[in-house]
Amino acid sequence: MLKYIGKRLLMFIPTIIIISFVIFFIIQLPPGDYVTSYVAAMSAEGEVFTEEDILRLRTQFGLDDPWFVQYFNWVKGIVTEGDFGYSFEYGRDVWSVIMDRLYLTLAVSFIILVFQYGVSLPIGIYCANHQYSAGDYALSFFGFIGTATPNFLLAIIIMYYIYIKTGNVYLGLFSTEMLQNGMRWEYVPEFLGRCMIPLIVIGTSGTCGIIRTVRAQMLDEQARQYTLTARAKGCSEFTITYKYCLRAALNPVVSGMAGSLRTIFSGSTVSAIVMNLAIQGPVLLTALKSQDMYLAGTIVLIQAVLVVVGTLLSDIALAWLDPRIRFSERG
Amino acid sequence: MAWFKKKQASDESYYLASQWTLMWRKLQKHKLARFSLVVLAILYIGALFADFIAPYGLEEFSSLYKNTAPTKVYWRDEDGKLSRPYVHKLKKVNDKKTWTVIVTEDPSEKYYVDFFVEGIEYKLLGFIPCNTHLYGLVNEQGEVDRSARINLFGADSTGACIFSRILFGSRVSLTIPFVSAAISFVLGILLGGLSGYFGGWIDNVIQRIIEVLSAIPSIPLWMALSAAIPAGISVSKMYLYITIILSFIGWTGLARVVRGKFIALRKEDFVMAAKLAGVSDFKIIVKHLVPGFLSYLIVNLTLGIPGSILGETSMSYLGLGMKAPATSWGVLLKETEDLVSVAQCPWKMIPLIFVVITVLAFNFLGDGLRDAADPYK
Repeated sequence: MLKYIGKRLLMFIPTIIIISFVIFFIIQLPPGDYVTSYVAAMSAEGEVFTEEDILRLRTQFGLDDPWFVQYFNWVKGIVTEGDFGYSFEYGRDVWSVIMDRLYLTLAVSFIILVFQYGVSLPIGIYCANHQYSAGDYALSFFGFIGTATPNFLLAIIIMYYIYIKTGNVYLGLFSTEMLQNGMRWEYVPEFLGRCMIPLIVIGTSGTCGIIRTVRAQMLDEQARQYTLTARAKGCSEFTITYKYCLRAALNPVVSGMAGSLRTIFSGSTVSAIVMNLAIQGPVLLTALKSQDMYLAGTIVLIQAVLVVVGTLLSDIALAWLDPRIRFSERG
Repeated sequence: MAWFKKKQASDESYYLASQWTLMWRKLQKHKLARFSLVVLAILYIGALFADFIAPYGLEEFSSLYKNTAPTKVYWRDEDGKLSRPYVHKLKKVNDKKTWTVIVTEDPSEKYYVDFFVEGIEYKLLGFIPCNTHLYGLVNEQGEVDRSARINLFGADSTGACIFSRILFGSRVSLTIPFVSAAISFVLGILLGGLSGYFGGWIDNVIQRIIEVLSAIPSIPLWMALSAAIPAGISVSKMYLYITIILSFIGWTGLARVVRGKFIALRKEDFVMAAKLAGVSDFKIIVKHLVPGFLSYLIVNLTLGIPGSILGETSMSYLGLGMKAPATSWGVLLKETEDLVSVAQCPWKMIPLIFVVITVLAFNFLGDGLRDAADPYK
């Protein structure tokens, strides 16, 4: 087991290096750079730029080097000094821009992940144990509607509904009073209410998929011989469901965990723009549009590293859950 | 005796039936899948004959009808008697209270709904010149009058008929996912197959590529790839590029599954036999291995289409996909991007219903196919 983990950890480093290279390549791919978009924006406001001004700006920002030199400098900064570069748009360190929103982003993503699995596992098990019952159909139907609706529209529909019911517009996670007076206990219910919207909106799209997988896997396992044997021996239904079937059924669910983290990052970007959430998605989008490349690159890199770490953790969890994987790695 | 013969015949047809015939029979028993198939057929026929069914073309809009609600169709005349269905023309009125211009119905002008009326010229199926539309308005003298409009699903911010735009948009929204799913299908089988069949360093390289591609969140990928599309190209080329972008992101999941299947199958005796008989690797992959799980792949293809439809919607919403005047369902839904426009013009959400129905239909069809392809059920 330790050897397996060690081997996976060794693979981790080259993967991250390749990913950072690909990310940087993709981000500088669109024609032009930050100076181009900056000059375009300022010219629209009546500012006049000469050729020399533009050249000076390029040199100042270090944008006149070829992109792989820029990439090398960027990585060197990260590895040697922990310096993620400079955000042209914000005029300060990338890291300080990211720290503004990092905790909230991580908290929101983590809560959504927990919500997804916390809701869909019990529902999947229930649906498998009560196949073709009214509850099975109703829950599957809701799950399907959740996946079939684009995230951002679901957000608008829910916000519209709340607006009609209460007359309040829930934009963002904090109300004006909360921001003015700081957090107090009496605001907690409203805060939780506000959290529910992104939770439902971003969470539902993945939830249905997990429900379907758990349901199908549980049904497969329940048809196996060992379940019959256990039942014949007089095991309680509880033991059969949770100790035998669930453990075997969890395999594809666990291996899909890292993938759902990636979906959450992408899904939260689109929904956060609609709901005006102070998380990293919208920052990333504007950074990509204005070609503020170190900021965009760092955000994407952080998300990608988190996904790779997630894959690593889910692989380790799989190896612990399913001994066959450990043995096959050995051979 | 007759009964016995009949039974024998049905047994025989069962044993002689090919894998596909068996799948088709099972699929027909799956009610939801059959229903979905019908729904999808209707949607695709709608896309094929969009010019004929839609009362207005893409360039026909009227500023008077900007952001107006679905046109009311009356079945009873002023005396309450049943009459031919008719609508009223809209007119601009000065509201005396707020001093703003509002648009209301003008009860003095009556236009009858008629079928097979003349409208703008188009080419049916792309080559038959034609100008008949399924329905339209005629005035009280029975002449075609283009000044009044019938917008069954309301009008958008340019005053174009949303129903017509949904039909034209379905041409994009129902085919892009198909083409991109097909491309990622081929990529997935090819790369996953290579990876699983040969193993070794090829497997390692392809696995790393998949790992890298699936670790990068999709939005920067879309942004960068669609920003790399040169500006000012024709709509059809734009369409092609978007298709390719979507498929370049979508193949990784399938490749992983195909690899797993190949690893399981390549040690089977029949592959060894083929190798000893001198069959080329390519032929072994295409003729001996892929048919073994083709049904599974088709299910995967069907289930991949809804993802592409939703992807196209999100891309257009972020302004990365198709742009007006080209129309897709995503472009239509871009009009509902904020709370205000939804609160004022709820009918702009109607395209969403079409998205949801299509996605659900493909999901149910995929479920039905999965059950049908499973030989143990």
